[in-house]
Amino acid sequence: MATVNPPALRIDNLVVQRGTAQVVNGVSFSVPHGGSLGIVGESGCGKSTILRAVAGIDQQWTGQIEIGGRPIGVRRTLADRRAMQMVFQDPLAALNPSHTIDEILREPLIVHGMAEQEARIVQALQTVALPLTARFRFPGQLSGGQRQRVCIARALLVEPEVLLLDEPTSALDVSVQAEVLNLLSRLRRERQQAFVLVSHDLHVVAHMCDRIAFMVGGRFTDVLTRDQLRGATLHHPEAQRLLDAALTH
Amino acid sequence: MNNVQRESAAPLLDIENLRISFPTAQGRTEAVRGVSLRMGRERVAVVGESGSGKSITFRSLLGLLPAAATVSADRMCLEGQDLLSLGARGMRAIRGRRIGMVVQDPKQGLDPLMTIGSQLVEMLRLHRKAPAAGAYNRALELLAEVHIRDPKRVMGLYPHEVSGGMAQRAMLAMILSAEPDLLIADEATSALDAVVRHRILDLIEEQVRLRGMGLVLISHDLDLVARYADRILVMYAGRVMEELRGGEMSAARHPYTRGLLACRPSLDHPGQDLPVLQREASWLQ
Amino acid sequence: MSSLSHSLQWLSSDTPATRTQAKLGAIYRLLRRFLTHPIGVLGLIMVALIVLAALFATWLPLADPVAQSLDQRLLPPSALHWLGTDTLGRDILSRVIHGARPTLAIVALVLLISVPIGLLVGAAAGLWGGWVDAVLMRVADVFLAFPRLILAIAVAAALSAGLWTAVIAIAATGWPPYARVARAEIAALRRSEFIQAAKAIGVSPLRLLVRHALPLSLPSAFVRAALDAPGIVLIVAGLGFLGVGLPPPQPEWGAMVAEGRALVFEAWWVSTLPGIMILWLSLGFNFVGDAMRDVVDPGVK
Repeated sequence: MATVNPPALRIDNLVVQRGTAQVVNGVSFSVPHGGSLGIVGESGCGKSTILRAVAGIDQQWTGQIEIGGRPIGVRRTLADRRAMQMVFQDPLAALNPSHTIDEILREPLIVHGMAEQEARIVQALQTVALPLTARFRFPGQLSGGQRQRVCIARALLVEPEVLLLDEPTSALDVSVQAEVLNLLSRLRRERQQAFVLVSHDLHVVAHMCDRIAFMVGGRFTDVLTRDQLRGATLHHPEAQRLLDAALTH
Repeated sequence: MNNVQRESAAPLLDIENLRISFPTAQGRTEAVRGVSLRMGRERVAVVGESGSGKSITFRSLLGLLPAAATVSADRMCLEGQDLLSLGARGMRAIRGRRIGMVVQDPKQGLDPLMTIGSQLVEMLRLHRKAPAAGAYNRALELLAEVHIRDPKRVMGLYPHEVSGGMAQRAMLAMILSAEPDLLIADEATSALDAVVRHRILDLIEEQVRLRGMGLVLISHDLDLVARYADRILVMYAGRVMEELRGGEMSAARHPYTRGLLACRPSLDHPGQDLPVLQREASWLQ
Repeated sequence: MSSLSHSLQWLSSDTPATRTQAKLGAIYRLLRRFLTHPIGVLGLIMVALIVLAALFATWLPLADPVAQSLDQRLLPPSALHWLGTDTLGRDILSRVIHGARPTLAIVALVLLISVPIGLLVGAAAGLWGGWVDAVLMRVADVFLAFPRLILAIAVAAALSAGLWTAVIAIAATGWPPYARVARAEIAALRRSEFIQAAKAIGVSPLRLLVRHALPLSLPSAFVRAALDAPGIVLIVAGLGFLGVGLPPPQPEWGAMVAEGRALVFEAWWVSTLPGIMILWLSLGFNFVGDAMRDVVDPGVK
């Protein structure tokens, strides 16, 4: 395989422990720059754990993680952290309630020593279509959809190579979900952003991602492209159930 | 309006022009603005997004709103009995015994310090639905009725030792133990897995049917409730925008409902931008 | 008055244009909620009266608090001496107001020392856990084990009695409760997503402590400080009563109560009136603290 254009993210045989249990049982995949992978499965299958291990939150893992061709270890450097960013499920919980939006967006810039903070913050707000009047509000004063936009803006500020999205719209109303999904699609097109999206909702995953991995019991049972979904026969009955339930709606 | 109403007896639930408002920093906000519903022992789904007022509407029946809330209605009756004028004692008699509510987080309704069995027995004794000697057996029966395998074992477990789905079943058993006439399920399955969700809703539907109860299913998930309801009320900004027959979501006419249905991602048109719901100011009138 | 209403509008705006406006606006909203609690407002007035009187004591038309006038001893309250005179003929009203100054000074100093130390220690223990938590909390336990008044007496006896010895002694035993509560609050937040998000961004542990954890432990610290103040007032009075507070002739409430101890039946005003002031100040702080607790309620997002 040519190493001229390394994938944005490459995982090889990732095994994640939580206590004595193995939550992720050997998962491998790669996401090219501008590409996207969706991971769908029931809660407890380990899909969020994959993201958390990549993001450095869960530290009990073995295997190989490479970002842009560079291997990443359990201990992260600042540059490592900049290379990937995560958007969490509950936007209210993911924002410090005592910080204004300005402070929240400024923080990654300060931590990574990036200049032109004022301009970048204004631009970030415009990128996620947040009004400038929201800049000095507190998270509690914003709506759920607006908060998630802030989380997305925060993640994109440091220009990561790969964006990790953990159930980004599960806590949002249907109409707000549509807006956020459109935003994510637009960002992906404009910035060629690679991302990994995890959800229990196959509709969301299929909408956003070219490739979809079904996960059961800590392993990928099937990896399909979007077009292959209809009429597919999957290897694991649970995955098949998920697919059938989604298709009948 | 498609009213399924018994001519001979008073409807199970009769709400006319319900209005609920709260004081906020910006003055009074009307959370519910003139909601009316008349239902018998049937299944009614109330769908809406957060802030639509769907939960508050039904919590007001049980007097579960903060003291600062102002509730007014032309009529709010449970089988002819006026609920508005009930004092605290009257409310306590209604809660559980006539109207039961299943909420999203079963751990909220279950006492973490008591085993499931002892709570169930306590409920049975409280509502005088079983003699002292028979309460334990009745509790076992109830757990079996909600399809818990090995009820004996579950009787001795604490709420934190069981899964979300099982806790929800136990919660349902407790509520059914009082044999209410009306069951309100407020986002009862939102915290559960997709597969478990359907099982719990099947269970609720079965029990409601067997016992001849009325059911109000409150949810933000249109697809979910469409299968389990005879009637669907769509709420937005404290008002009922539209009423549909169960299973006929596609026949929706109001632009809000159509907008909601259209903006869901689907496997039919993956990757294309989703139509965004345009909120009309006229809907707020 | 239009500039006042303009300022209030600026504070209550929900589209603040600067960080300062946002933070001041948040404080303003808390203040407004506070003002809806009548007991809290009462407490605030009670405390404010004493604070203002103490601040402006030297400008008020009061008699000299240390001037003795032996032919005017033990006069009951009258038009000339509103609160009467004590055993040395000194005007009690003046002494009571001047006596508020050291008390308030000690309360302020003790809080200014013990609260930041307690919060830092507690937040660090809660955020980092592990052996940091164990060591810091055992240190806190050691200081917590000392009975406050007895330690204060011992310290005052060892170093000469005075304002700073009282402050040090009371602060030394005063910081552990703040540490414990801060630790509990921050430990609960350690797993929360915004802390994990901050770590994922690459925020250093120190920055996590100072910019994320500390601001969140502040609201409840304020409440506890307001409720701590009465205890400090009583300890100061106790020290003065036992004669190890400030050296005479400086007026101090506890010492004044002690002076009039033997005369309670003949000249009740000598002991009772300073005693009422102690009660007044403590009660005021208690009312304020209770109302603040409602305002700052952590259950409301």
